[in-house]
Amino acid sequence: MSNTFWKRFKYNKLAVLGGIVVICLVTFAIFAPHITPYNPNSINVQHILEPPTTSHPFGTDDLGRDILSRIIWGSRISLSVGFVAVGISTFIGVILGAITGYYGGWIDRIIMRFVDIMLSIPTFFLLLAVIAFLEPGISNIMIVIGLTSWMGVTRLVRAEFLSVKEREFTQSARAIGAGDMRIIFRHILPNAIAPVLVSAVLGVAGAILVESALSFLGIGVQPPTASWGNILTIGKDNIEIAWWLSVFPGLAILITVLAYNLLGEGIRDAIDPRMKM
Amino acid sequence: MVIYFIKRLLEMIPTIIGITLVSFFIIHLAPGKPTDILAELNPKITPEAREKLEKYYGLDKPIITQYGIWLKRVVKLDFGDSFSTDKRPVWDKIKERLPITIIINVLSLILVILIAIPIGVSSATHQYSLYDKITTVAVFVGFAIPTFWLALLLMILFGIYLDWLPISGIRSLDYDNLSAGGKVWDLASHLILPVLLEAFGGLAGLSRYMRSNMLEVIRSDYITTARAKGLSERVVIYKHAMRNALLPVITILGLSVPGLIGGSVIFETIFAIPGMGQLFYMSVMMRDYPLIMGILTIGAILTLIGNLLADIGYAVADPRIRTR
Repeated sequence: MSNTFWKRFKYNKLAVLGGIVVICLVTFAIFAPHITPYNPNSINVQHILEPPTTSHPFGTDDLGRDILSRIIWGSRISLSVGFVAVGISTFIGVILGAITGYYGGWIDRIIMRFVDIMLSIPTFFLLLAVIAFLEPGISNIMIVIGLTSWMGVTRLVRAEFLSVKEREFTQSARAIGAGDMRIIFRHILPNAIAPVLVSAVLGVAGAILVESALSFLGIGVQPPTASWGNILTIGKDNIEIAWWLSVFPGLAILITVLAYNLLGEGIRDAIDPRMKM
Repeated sequence: MVIYFIKRLLEMIPTIIGITLVSFFIIHLAPGKPTDILAELNPKITPEAREKLEKYYGLDKPIITQYGIWLKRVVKLDFGDSFSTDKRPVWDKIKERLPITIIINVLSLILVILIAIPIGVSSATHQYSLYDKITTVAVFVGFAIPTFWLALLLMILFGIYLDWLPISGIRSLDYDNLSAGGKVWDLASHLILPVLLEAFGGLAGLSRYMRSNMLEVIRSDYITTARAKGLSERVVIYKHAMRNALLPVITILGLSVPGLIGGSVIFETIFAIPGMGQLFYMSVMMRDYPLIMGILTIGAILTLIGNLLADIGYAVADPRIRTR
């Protein structure tokens, strides 16, 4: 499977491009302290709101901070929020999906009803409400995004369990006396890994978008910590005089999200060409 | 049909109860009592007034009883009074802001349908053509663009550089002095950008969905039959194929309602539109708990109504559903 997977994946140029961009972004984020030209938080009153120049390629903000450096440091925030939030939602989704799919009956009905309820509350409202009761900050943002985005994974894993749990290999595992836990984790769950992986890669993109929107509204990552969303807030406040504050952080979000989406779709098409849209 | 409708209504009841449970328990995530926040906002509050409030919210009773008390009020649309200085009932504050939010959402939903469906159909009928490839790329970019960023860019372009459109509020300062036609244009010009942007969020998804539905339908046997008996391609596509491909779209539209309502927080805040989204944002910033819970519940109920309308639409369009 892995051989044909690579062959198919390599054929999809956009997906490969997405993968390369993702690797670059992760590298930038890891080595941010070594590659940024300036300290992202150092204030310089002599260079306030400067348009892009050779010394500040993306310009400076209202405190004279270098935007390029802030964007590179901001990628650390975006990526960590993306990964942790998706880690949480995938964990919850896999566990709940496995339980509902495997046991069925009233457990299934209760959990799926809960999924419906969560899906009918506008997610952004839910996020804002929870954050209003907690303190805004990076760890709360990660947790809250994770806790409000597990429903899709749950449905995915449940569907996989429903289709696999009555197949011969599951029945034979049961026949030779394997316990529920062993059947769930060793026999059925591995079948669901591919779709879960795809939804996780796409989920990182979604979480990055949500984090940037929250930070933009001032209820996400708090200044002076740089995040793409809160640079855009300063961009909005100076919208009439400093276009560069609005353009570059948004481009960073666009490129990152696009890269994860292309990578995710590419993995999906390579795993199962029939799922191709 | 009527039986189907009643059945769907009854199915909504446990969901509504669940939604109220979730919104109720979110308030209890907060460290301390909600009245602590009130005291924080208004240090002059007397201990007696505080006690009265605690009684009002039933904070001295066990949590289950509190939920019961709260639910009984919610049924009567009584969400208590706002913590803000005007202390007005929450429902009154929501009520006056609901119409503009609903108008923007409905307009953008109509726009989504009008644009996304033709794009989806035509890129399916011209699969792998240059047009199809361009729309596919556009859809990918559309999925990845943060809409609030697009809002900023359009504000810079149309509001500042070209100076064609206003970028804040829903009325100009001289609104009262305008003629009737001028008033309509004034309102419309304020709404163009928000409606366009709100619609943009749904465009990519729906056109993609329409495309894949169309592709599936076009391959089915009855389409081959229609072609074989000599119907023109136009009749085959628009009369036979599109009708069937449209059915699942109704459900997708229903499912997109929570996203639209959630998005109104962002757009109404950016464009300073006095709607429910902006009210929600302000209530979150002020930690106005009764208002937050009220809007959360109303937002969820609006979503359910959207889903119900979608289901009814589906049943009207597809006789197979009704008889089930």
